[in-house]
Amino acid sequence: MNSTTLKWAGLLAAASIFAAGQAIAGPDNNKLMIDGKELVTDLKGPEGGPLEHIYSGWRFRASETQAFELDDFENPAFPAVDLGEELWNTVEGEAGKSCATCHNDASETMKGVRASMPKWNEKLGKPHTLETQINACRTENLKAEAWKWEAPNMLAMTSYIGLQSRGMPVNVQTDGPMQSWNDKGKELYYSRVGQLDMSCANCHEDNYGKMIRADHLSQGHINGFPTYRLKWGGLGSIHRRFSGCMKNIRATPYKRGSDEFIALELYLASRGTGLAVETPAVRN
Amino acid sequence: MANAKPRVKVPKSAKAGEIITIKTLISHKMESGQRKDKAGKVIPRKIINKFTCEFNGTKVFECDIDPAISVNPYIEFTAKVTESGEFKFTWVDDDGSVYETSKKIEVK
Repeated sequence: MNSTTLKWAGLLAAASIFAAGQAIAGPDNNKLMIDGKELVTDLKGPEGGPLEHIYSGWRFRASETQAFELDDFENPAFPAVDLGEELWNTVEGEAGKSCATCHNDASETMKGVRASMPKWNEKLGKPHTLETQINACRTENLKAEAWKWEAPNMLAMTSYIGLQSRGMPVNVQTDGPMQSWNDKGKELYYSRVGQLDMSCANCHEDNYGKMIRADHLSQGHINGFPTYRLKWGGLGSIHRRFSGCMKNIRATPYKRGSDEFIALELYLASRGTGLAVETPAVRN
Repeated sequence: MANAKPRVKVPKSAKAGEIITIKTLISHKMESGQRKDKAGKVIPRKIINKFTCEFNGTKVFECDIDPAISVNPYIEFTAKVTESGEFKFTWVDDDGSVYETSKKIEVK
């Protein structure tokens, strides 16, 4: 078989996967209420964007999965949030400081941080994600060791910081120095890659709401990360999810923290402008 | 995992005589004592071995916990409440540490 035939085989397979799921269409109408507060899970898509209406991934999940997120006691991500809080107040590194030494009470100082990441950093000359920002703080100010992207401590810290923005609308900068990054992310989003020759858009823009085998396709917004995935049995970063998606289409994933994934993270965040931050969300 | 932090869910209020559901979870690594480290040495057992719940000083629920219980033990039970008061929860660790928390309930 030559490569063209292989590609066609892949496309046909992909086409039949989508077709099988016409029975269930679109997101449900459930309301996401946490602690008596409603979180915005759908609104009109950002102007000039490809989606008329945007929906949080929560609206595509089974009601049993949704229920986990409704109550912080049931939400299995919260032991990690507790760990994050503990780490926030733990003195580490040669400078003898903790996060709290400079930033005091996270519930005030970290409000809105998750909603605006990735954020341009002049000194770095590129955008900071929450992970790189935390590590920059650790190595420069705390004089402590950087954490690995997917380390339990890193996930605990990103969920603890992310939680402080829960309910706030996602709002990232896409103009100025971020413009070129956003464009790069957009290009990646629409580029077909891998043996299945699919782009992000093939599933999450053209076919959201349909079933891809046993999975209900969402629009792929990233407003709930780090997310507790039942499949993972734990928390994972946005870039871990990207990696999984790329493996599914038989592509070689970029590295976590790579420029490609940072650009994609920015572009995806901008597609979900206005959705409430759900960190730490629970998904299947 | 965080150092043993208890989480408890008790309804804020109930009717007299109502049977309420209480959910508890404590973050704890629950080292079973049956695993070995890379050098082949047994990792010493460190689990929570006892859990009790008292209401206004009366024992409501108690259980022993053994090594087969997984990380972050979750315990759910029911209780009948007849008066307002306070639930007190206690977890006892192998090393003798005691973790405590309490929750008030108002009976209408």
